[in-house]
Amino acid sequence: MTSDTRSLRGKVAIVGIGETTYYKHGQSPEPEFKLALMAILAAAEDAGIDPSDIDSFASYSNDRNDPSRLAAALGTKELRLSNMQWGGGGGGGAAAVGNAAAAIITGQADIVVVYRALAQGQFQRFGRAAAGGTVSGDNALINPYGIFVPAQRYALKFMRYTHEHGIGREAMRAIAMASYHHAQSNSRAVMYGRPLTEEMYDSSRWIAEPYRLFDCCQENDGAAALILVSAERAKDFRHPTAYVLAVAQGSDHRNAARSFNAPDFASSSFGPVAPHLWEMAKLGPGDVDVLQSYENFTGGVLMSMAEHGFFKPEEANEFLALENLLAPRGKLPLNTSGGNLAECYMHGLELQIEAVRQIRGQSTAQVPDAHVAGVIAGPMVTPVSTMIVGSQETL
Amino acid sequence: MTYLPPGLPAPVTEADRLDLPYWEGTRQGVLKVQRCGACNTWQWGPEWLCHHCRSWDMRWVAVEGKGRIWTWTRCWHPVHPALKNHGPYLAVLVELPHAGNVRMLGNLLGDPQQEVVIGAAVEAVFEPHDEAAAPYALVQWRIA
Repeated sequence: MTSDTRSLRGKVAIVGIGETTYYKHGQSPEPEFKLALMAILAAAEDAGIDPSDIDSFASYSNDRNDPSRLAAALGTKELRLSNMQWGGGGGGGAAAVGNAAAAIITGQADIVVVYRALAQGQFQRFGRAAAGGTVSGDNALINPYGIFVPAQRYALKFMRYTHEHGIGREAMRAIAMASYHHAQSNSRAVMYGRPLTEEMYDSSRWIAEPYRLFDCCQENDGAAALILVSAERAKDFRHPTAYVLAVAQGSDHRNAARSFNAPDFASSSFGPVAPHLWEMAKLGPGDVDVLQSYENFTGGVLMSMAEHGFFKPEEANEFLALENLLAPRGKLPLNTSGGNLAECYMHGLELQIEAVRQIRGQSTAQVPDAHVAGVIAGPMVTPVSTMIVGSQETL
Repeated sequence: MTYLPPGLPAPVTEADRLDLPYWEGTRQGVLKVQRCGACNTWQWGPEWLCHHCRSWDMRWVAVEGKGRIWTWTRCWHPVHPALKNHGPYLAVLVELPHAGNVRMLGNLLGDPQQEVVIGAAVEAVFEPHDEAAAPYALVQWRIA
């Protein structure tokens, strides 16, 4: 049991959000480190704080932009926490917030920025393998067979899941179309002005079956940042407060067993993680007003939602009808900024920002009276992470 | 003749030699996986100790190259320079029922456009790469 003293619930708030312009991959005119600085300054301005008062930094996925260099560049008065979530790539987005919140609650940090920056033109892309050479360890059992990138690895998971649970293409398509639909009202979105139709989805090329082009996230350049402080301090800030109600991270039994030998391989990895989330939040899936769920691939969203209890696997085809997923009045509006598919693949941190906007009432696809917003970070990896933010009314 | 074109990364034994018996075996046409000498648990991929009983007595056991397709994907998008203009290819994750249901990845030989059925019986085919700087053999699969 999580006792009240061993809980994040309501003790930390997100008081600033910021992002750079979002670009297609390789098209940022700015280098990655500068993008990180720009996002952090934007978040500080949104919060109304002096950027040099940020004393702590938290990120994930081996972000290349080192907190000590950021602190020197920003004129940080005092550096208190330099924190990196270990492993899981984009699965660490909510965990980075949780780690930051834990540091605040335990007195190790006061003002934390959670950030992520990517300039994939400057650096290696996720979706393309480097040429030649040799591989060892787990990769030696996989790469020589032409399996390299996440789309392929996670196609294997979801192919099995569709077999076990009879998942139809329409459910995957609805997830993609929800993101694209919401991006059409969001001028920050890379796919703003580029709507997706059923015909476009159905006729799009295969990447790795069962994933078509529109089942796969973009790769983008940009940066995003959130500023966290204790709930006591949060009252002094200018926007309606978004409180962290719960964060959970981890994965299931032997998830990383080599050569795809995880016992529950055909999953999003949230099986044992989601119950911790609901327990800490003192909420259930039915209490969530709006959901941001990381789309590396549509199949990952579907499994994440099922493992969080939004529906049973055999209910997926019915639940994932497009009208259920659209703001403002759908049963569970999903990825209301356009998400990784259509706003920007900011490695999921844009989803955290969108959850805060929903709680503030500032989304471009606002859900009326949104008080509880879920954010599920990158699925199918290990560790994964997930979080709930809520308004003042939820405390 | 190899299933995929030349230029993909070549597998080499780990620096710590954990998987050396596997790669030695494939060159001899023998498929080996780990089995615990203390509790008989099958284990794949290789690890230093038994995940079930934590014994260090992990043994390399030759197993029959027969299994069934557990999941699969047909890859179309060329993610590696060597695969450009190659066209689709099939990867299958094969479960070995006679070895504790451990799974191993390979390509499914034959027509890359063939219908793939989860549960179909397959058998191992060793694919030598003797031309490599450090010669190796891959384990591929064909419908049994």
